[in-house]
Amino acid sequence: MLKVVKSGFFTSIQDKGRFGLRNIGVPVSGAMDQHASSLANAMLENEHTDAVMEITMTGPVLEFLTATYIAITGANLSPSLNGAEIETHSVHKVVEGDILGFGKHIDGLRGYLSVKGGFLTDKVLGSRSFYKPITQWARLNSGMEIPFNEVTHYEPKISHIITEDIDKVSLLNVFPGPEIEMLTKVLREFIFDTSFTIAKENNRMAYQLQESVAKHQHAMLTSATLPGTIQLTPGGKLIILMRDGQTTGGYPRIFQLSDEAINILAQRTFGDKISFKLQ
Amino acid sequence: MNSYPIHIKPFGEHAILIEWPNEIKRDLLDDILTFSGHLRRYGYKESEWEMVPAYNSLALVNLKQNIDHKKLAKELQIEYPKRKTRAKKRSYLWKLPVCYDKEFAIDMEEVSKYTGKTIEQIITLHTSCTYTVYGIGFLPGFMYLGGVPKDLETHRKDSPILHVPKGTVWLASKQTGIYPQDSPGGWNLIGNCPIPIFDVKKENPCFVNVGDFIQFYSITKAQYDLHKIQAEVGLEVIKKVPMNA
Repeated sequence: MLKVVKSGFFTSIQDKGRFGLRNIGVPVSGAMDQHASSLANAMLENEHTDAVMEITMTGPVLEFLTATYIAITGANLSPSLNGAEIETHSVHKVVEGDILGFGKHIDGLRGYLSVKGGFLTDKVLGSRSFYKPITQWARLNSGMEIPFNEVTHYEPKISHIITEDIDKVSLLNVFPGPEIEMLTKVLREFIFDTSFTIAKENNRMAYQLQESVAKHQHAMLTSATLPGTIQLTPGGKLIILMRDGQTTGGYPRIFQLSDEAINILAQRTFGDKISFKLQ
Repeated sequence: MNSYPIHIKPFGEHAILIEWPNEIKRDLLDDILTFSGHLRRYGYKESEWEMVPAYNSLALVNLKQNIDHKKLAKELQIEYPKRKTRAKKRSYLWKLPVCYDKEFAIDMEEVSKYTGKTIEQIITLHTSCTYTVYGIGFLPGFMYLGGVPKDLETHRKDSPILHVPKGTVWLASKQTGIYPQDSPGGWNLIGNCPIPIFDVKKENPCFVNVGDFIQFYSITKAQYDLHKIQAEVGLEVIKKVPMNA
């Protein structure tokens, strides 16, 4: 068990997501950067479906009430244990009373904290991923206690891994979306030649982009959308649906991000530049 | 059974989209549900494939692996003519209570002005139709209902309001429905349904499926309060009628 002393900017419990319920409108949810969250589990030899803590930009202050081993992947948010800086992408032992804190935002946007055996908050409809109102909470609040099993002895097989610069890639691979035909050749070229800026409106549901593409009046009937679907609004803006994105929508779906591109975008925020490349 | 020209489009690494002609038609929706039922029988297991039907499309999302679009599209084109009407799951008509009291129907006056109908006429019209669930999305349990009578077609509100309470019944353009949870909303609010459409505590959290029918009936505030309590303690008060369609 650990206790949330301070909640941070937006901290939640996430696993791979909630499946089989899109037909009744339930978003998939799950860790925004699935690559980083899987790595956090892999470092502790957890199941890849185990739940981790997703930490956004400003980290929480956590007090461990039980001993375990931890790993932190994804964004570097300057983690510290009892006030002393610790490395990301390393396995650390923690004991009762230890305080895990975070400091300066160095790179990326979302960090992932795993504990040996995973966090054991309630499963709702097959998943521990926070998504309100499927789960009672959207995010962690101070005072909450997050359960996990005590582990006092564990020999990590991997103590540290070296990862690539998380901010290096800003080119997102896309596939054609169902409504790609509505884009003229000129418009397609414009989209692939433009460096887009992430708007303030970016969260677990969707990322909006600042630059306008072209207004349109393409009417369509509501149809399925997926995490990574790029919609073109009638006003000409691009909206990229993310893990908590709605399961159906009425805006043309012009492109679909690759799985890897969703993970890359999950580490970007307001003001960052991105561009697209057709697969 | 009618056959339609279907178009199959790739939709990223894990999904494929089957499109029927761009029309809102009961018969066409039934064909989509027949085909999805057929695919389930043919071996598109729930553990591997999610299926999302809506209006004129069916999305197939693979949960296990990337898909080979060309191979899959070919297979789907071969399977489509093989579907049989009996492959479609049974649809139900759900009779849902709605309290049209002023307390919940904050836009009723506005709708009355716009349509030129009295409040009583609006309630009679709204409860006289059987609506089809053409899709569920936007929010968990949010139904897209078709079949609103011409006399009830209204505009959307100029500016959305931030807090629409759970259960609110809305009306806008050619559509009507229920907000399954507290939400912002830009449609006309004309009542409230005390029965939760989506309940995570239930094994089947949403009793409605795409293809089902919905009919509303008017209840008093006292009946509303009673239903609210019944729903909280888990008593089933919904009227369910099997349909052959």
